[in-house]
Amino acid sequence: MPRVRWDRFGAALGATLVACPALAQDGGGKIDGADTAFMIAATALVLMMTLPGLALFYSGMVRKKNVLATMAQSLIATALVSLLWIGVAYSLAFSGEGAFIGDASRSLLAGIGIDTVSPFAKTIPEILFMLYQMTFAVITCALVAGSVAERMKFSAFMLFCALWLFIVYVPSAHWVWGGGFLQKMGLLDFAGGTVVHINAGIAGLVCALVLGSRVGFGRENLSPFDLSLAVVGTGLLWVGWFGFNGGSALAANSRAVFAIVATHLAACAGALVWSGLEWFQRGKPSVLGVISGAVAGLGTITPASGYVLPWHGVVIGMIAGGVCYWFCTVAKYKFRYDDTLDVFGVHGVGGIMGTLLAGVFATRAITASEGDPGVAGLLEGDPHQLYVQAIGVLVTIVWGVIGTMATLKIVSMITPLRVTYDDEREGLDIALHGEALHQ
Amino acid sequence: MSAQMKIITAIIKPFKLDEVREALTEIGVHGMTATEVKGYGRQKGHAEIYRGAEYIVAFLPKVKIDMALPEALVDRAIEAIRLAAYTGHIGDGKIFVSPLERAMRIRTGETDSDAL
Repeated sequence: MPRVRWDRFGAALGATLVACPALAQDGGGKIDGADTAFMIAATALVLMMTLPGLALFYSGMVRKKNVLATMAQSLIATALVSLLWIGVAYSLAFSGEGAFIGDASRSLLAGIGIDTVSPFAKTIPEILFMLYQMTFAVITCALVAGSVAERMKFSAFMLFCALWLFIVYVPSAHWVWGGGFLQKMGLLDFAGGTVVHINAGIAGLVCALVLGSRVGFGRENLSPFDLSLAVVGTGLLWVGWFGFNGGSALAANSRAVFAIVATHLAACAGALVWSGLEWFQRGKPSVLGVISGAVAGLGTITPASGYVLPWHGVVIGMIAGGVCYWFCTVAKYKFRYDDTLDVFGVHGVGGIMGTLLAGVFATRAITASEGDPGVAGLLEGDPHQLYVQAIGVLVTIVWGVIGTMATLKIVSMITPLRVTYDDEREGLDIALHGEALHQ
Repeated sequence: MSAQMKIITAIIKPFKLDEVREALTEIGVHGMTATEVKGYGRQKGHAEIYRGAEYIVAFLPKVKIDMALPEALVDRAIEAIRLAAYTGHIGDGKIFVSPLERAMRIRTGETDSDAL
């Protein structure tokens, strides 16, 4: 009988409660049907961002001979990271009291019963909270692939995902969301400005620098295979972002809706500013410009989305459109790094700006909750939050660089990071997967 | 000796294909073969810009149309193609005329001008 089994899980939970005073204090949540329904939908939306959103977004921007290999990276990141997450990564990120890392008490979902709730989301089943957080880990690893698209070995990428998840993502998620030192300091990261976007962007930049440029970079035609795929992918990302940022409220409430509204407005503002700049500078607003601006706006509003007013979303989106545009069209060529699909230029730069801007625009009226006066940002006259945000950004960047370098070093001791020159020329689809797109 | 026959090959801008076909049908050309091709002449390709990276696309998409004609129709056909394919911008294309020695309709076995 299942009943008996759940009792066993209940006992495990009891043991955890005793061992963990904060949890015992806060853990008495009551599962709410509306919150649960909303979070199931939000979880599905975030998974949709990787499959098929990111898979299409990325594969449309590479050359035809690398389309399948690029999709394969999103697919394998999903499969691999999901299992590792359930294995031990979730536990290390979201259980335990450590300032730097959690504990293994939730490994293989131990102690998670049908009525267990996490102290971080008291009105939904913990298993759903675990699943929702899993989709964030999945997309963060998959995002990194964009910077090394068209040249990284599939096996090396798999190893990279598995190791980087534990070296960079899990500690970062614990620091910011799982009770670690940055959360205790008061860092605001509503839906992953540091944990998802800075981490992915910095890892992308480090990977691009370590692997080196693609063959022909700066000399040959490396233009996108099919931007219509990237447009469809952007649409799925955009819609999925409603679950990403809205779901980060962890409940079906007004805050979730405010986050979604700010998110949508930021995407619109980013798209208009980026394409407007292109129009002004180049004479034509490109479709790639419109979607790049939208994604820049989405990435940048993410950390601030649940703390700001809707019109702040417009301002943040506009800043994102302008600054990310400059990084992707000027800085990249000035410094000559081949970040294939601009993971750093869009997500890294967006994440850094958004995290800082959360400290500027944080609004008491939005951040206050029962028994909590809320956070005032610089705009409301308090510079303290911006200072905390800057520390969070700095810590994430430093650890991101060190952790990604270490990960790449370990992977390179097991297998070469890059495909051979001939394989790169032939294309990764045939060379790595034995498949190709045909007419 | 049958009447003289010619092959007309024209390279035109792809979006002009329908106008050219209509103009040729009007003067009595009954058939042609259109092929999507790539090439460049004085137009020398165009530049595409993706997130600041500029790529020169040397080979541009064009349509090549081939048709076999009795010599009497050739001048009118050339003029029809020229007028229909004309935009006045660089890259409008070219028309080539060459002699055709023999022709045969596969279904009936008719030859030369009867086959056209």
